[in-house]
Amino acid sequence: MFDLQPWPWYITGPMITLTMAALLLIGKRFGISSNLRTMCAIGGADKLSDYFQFDWKSQRWNLVFVLGTLVGGFVAKGFLLQDAPVDIHPSTAEALQAMGVQDAGSAFAPGALFGAEAWSNPVAMLALLVGGLFVGFGTRWANGCTSGHAISGLSSMQWTSLIAVIGFFIGGLAATHFLLPILLPLL
Amino acid sequence: MLRIFLLGLLFGITLTMGEVISWFRIYEMFRFESFHMYGVIGSAVMLGAAFHLLARSRGWKAEGGRALDVFRYDGKLWKSYLLGGTVFGMGWAVTGACPGPLFITLGAGYLPVIVAIIGALLGTLLYGIVRRHLPH
Repeated sequence: MFDLQPWPWYITGPMITLTMAALLLIGKRFGISSNLRTMCAIGGADKLSDYFQFDWKSQRWNLVFVLGTLVGGFVAKGFLLQDAPVDIHPSTAEALQAMGVQDAGSAFAPGALFGAEAWSNPVAMLALLVGGLFVGFGTRWANGCTSGHAISGLSSMQWTSLIAVIGFFIGGLAATHFLLPILLPLL
Repeated sequence: MLRIFLLGLLFGITLTMGEVISWFRIYEMFRFESFHMYGVIGSAVMLGAAFHLLARSRGWKAEGGRALDVFRYDGKLWKSYLLGGTVFGMGWAVTGACPGPLFITLGAGYLPVIVAIIGALLGTLLYGIVRRHLPH
């Protein structure tokens, strides 16, 4: 399976289902953004809001899961995935290059945001910080992210998760088509 | 706990090998120019639905005979799902990472993503403080 570089969707998707099913059979659930709440609670946020006053110790297993994913990223990127650029659609790469993202089509992630040069670029730092803030605020407001809503919620046929996923796309499409054309040339 | 760690490891490897943690793949998804991300999410949901249906019809239990701990979302809170989802979607498109990939990207060695993780923690904190004033 590791000869396939990168993994096609029909391996990646089922492996995600496998993760969810295994967690459920162990007696846990597949939802990653709740770890953000747990981390804030551990950091002392319970003094600022009762939202963080809960038994976070019962959520320690989920932090262990996140630690595993982090090591998984290290192992996969360092040893399994050969240094292949992400083969995005030519018109996607063209659109990005026109906005100044020169490594589109020839890198795994845009260097302007994730390479060492990002540290000295205030626009990149601000984009990551504010973008991250939206991720944290939005997933907690929506009570779930891609794992909790798009995968767990949709597969257990909950229409409220479909509403959340529609929201993900309203926001994602708006940012991609109206915000990024302004932001990316500034990087 | 070792099993949980190993499942996390597998998930981190999966999202990296499948390029789900690549900013480029998310950007491409929001331009509808590749089937890749739709295939990933779609097949995960389809197979997951088959799992849930089987689990229900066959009465599968979690370890120790407990019921499966399936998420139960409250339909009365639909406004928060739509609005919060929209806010998250904007952050997803800009950072190219949902909460799982935030941490996997860090593990993969793209250190500036730490700034997005700090942002996500600040956003969570901010939500906790202002949530009484938000529609739910």
